Amino acid sequence: MRWLRQGGIAGFIIRRLMLGVLVLVLVSILVFAATQALGDPARAILGRDATPASLAALRAELNLDQSVLGQYFSWAGGLLQGDLGNSLAAQQPVTELLGSRLVNSSVLVLCAAVISIPLSIAIGSWAALRREKAFDTVSSSVMLVLAALPEFVVAVLLVMLFATTVLQVLPAISPVSPGQRPWQVPEVLVLPTATLVLAVAPYVARIMRASMVEVLESDYVEMARLKGLPERTVLIRHALPNAIGPVFQVIAINLAYLAGGVVVIEYVFNYSGIGSALQDAVVNQDLPVVQALAMLIAGVYVVLNLLADVATILVTPRLRTRL
Amino acid sequence: MSQSGIAPTLAEGVQTPTPPVRSSTLVTRALRLWRTRIGALFVLVVVVIAILGPYLAPHTASEFVAIPNSPPGGDAGFLGTDYLGQDVLSRFLYGGRGILVMAAVSTAIGLVFGVAIGLVAAYARNALDDVLMRAMDVIMAFPQIMLALVAVSLVGAQVWIIIAAIAVTTAPRVARVARGAAQPVVERDFVQATESMGLSRVRILTGELLPNILGPMMVEASLRLTYSIGVIAALAFLGLSPDPNGANWGTMIQQNQISLATQPWGALTPIIAIALLTMGTGLFGDGIARTAAGIDRERGDE
Repeated sequence: MRWLRQGGIAGFIIRRLMLGVLVLVLVSILVFAATQALGDPARAILGRDATPASLAALRAELNLDQSVLGQYFSWAGGLLQGDLGNSLAAQQPVTELLGSRLVNSSVLVLCAAVISIPLSIAIGSWAALRREKAFDTVSSSVMLVLAALPEFVVAVLLVMLFATTVLQVLPAISPVSPGQRPWQVPEVLVLPTATLVLAVAPYVARIMRASMVEVLESDYVEMARLKGLPERTVLIRHALPNAIGPVFQVIAINLAYLAGGVVVIEYVFNYSGIGSALQDAVVNQDLPVVQALAMLIAGVYVVLNLLADVATILVTPRLRTRL
Repeated sequence: MSQSGIAPTLAEGVQTPTPPVRSSTLVTRALRLWRTRIGALFVLVVVVIAILGPYLAPHTASEFVAIPNSPPGGDAGFLGTDYLGQDVLSRFLYGGRGILVMAAVSTAIGLVFGVAIGLVAAYARNALDDVLMRAMDVIMAFPQIMLALVAVSLVGAQVWIIIAAIAVTTAPRVARVARGAAQPVVERDFVQATESMGLSRVRILTGELLPNILGPMMVEASLRLTYSIGVIAALAFLGLSPDPNGANWGTMIQQNQISLATQPWGALTPIIAIALLTMGTGLFGDGIARTAAGIDRERGDE
């Protein structure tokens, strides 16, 4: 393994990739074990008064008649080939069921990310520059309160403000009909996106502020100022690249969180994405769909963390030269 | 760091050093900050409502009082009626206890396991540390609500599985913080001193390490409580509470969301309660964090 400890940035990326694959394998075992350990899925689906014949038929469909290891490998093998099994409730392949919903959810998360990340980096940096002044105090308090509110509370409050009770300028629910794409009805995206932005921005802004405060007090920023560089250059060329490193981790965690957080928000707005699919699947005990979505969301988390680790190294001058 | 030359000659029966920050002094000092006071007040108000509410409710939670979605006033009572014609005020007064108890119990279980795992990992400093923390990473690959949903999909929305799911997802996040806080403590001289005195590992973890990480753990505890409340309320909101028609703040919001335009109180009252509660724990935790950081800074100046 010694060769892996060297190799600069490429070696580092390969090490992280291997770790990511390992975590994904462990995650798949966890998802599989959870669905195995907590009782007989066939009985859970069919209920108490299922006939032995229908139980046996469903067990065969779910591959429950194989050995545990055999079941795991046929499921995990299917995952690798993009075969996620059949939905029990809809009687159609999970991939077909989730395909367009996946697009809808991605659009939502992407909108939220594109707005919230630059916004929160700007707020955090500005608060750090105006430390202990009015903007910093106000933004810190607002962020603290926003971070504490559960996202469905924020969502319903936004609905009351903009759709029902106070103003009636936006739709209260955001249905996207099957043939439609969300960008064809942009007004339905506004409130769900705003909710996600409000849910994520506080965390990123707070870490950005903390990181920026630390960097602004460092020797190299003082050095750059003493050299007589204009303040803009000091901030953009010297402070920002060093301050943004730790922020990538938080952005990654929050984007992964968005993938899970959409569950509740899509339900509030009746938006047809993977979140409302998960809620349906949970209520209907549609295990193949639950398994697929669990793997998908965990996979997103692992990939984002990987990207964040690599981006941190590439962006932070101090860490990059150490490799 | 306050390691200024403590090299005690270890006589027999030597007293172990007093913990640097006692939790009681930390809270007292934190309460000098306005944000901590406001936070504590918010939490207190909601907890009192949740505990005493059922005794004060004018009606039972499922009694028909007036026409569904009546606005406040007359027969409909102080806050009007909900989508089934039940009294909003009474349902509100009944609906907090379940959420609070479940959140408190699940967070407490998660904290105990998380702190234990974090301390063992920090003290081990070997392969065990790596194995434990990688295992925590795997669990953390699932957002809390996601893992709770998977668990509920398997056995139904029962109290024990919701508590277990939240405890299981709380523990790794706590463990990470506990390990991070304990790592510098493990390196300090007094830990080596107690090792050489032959104290058992359990005594070192609970008697030496634990008191020294109480500050960060209290911050983490209030943060985790905030999230647990959010997840439990969100599950109820998604229609996954132990009693689907019972009075529960999360359920109330979902049931009355439809009539927001005409009778907003059915959804707004529980929203205000949940918001006060989570803002309260959030502000309280922030106050503690600031106080703990301030104490550290004073020490650094000494």
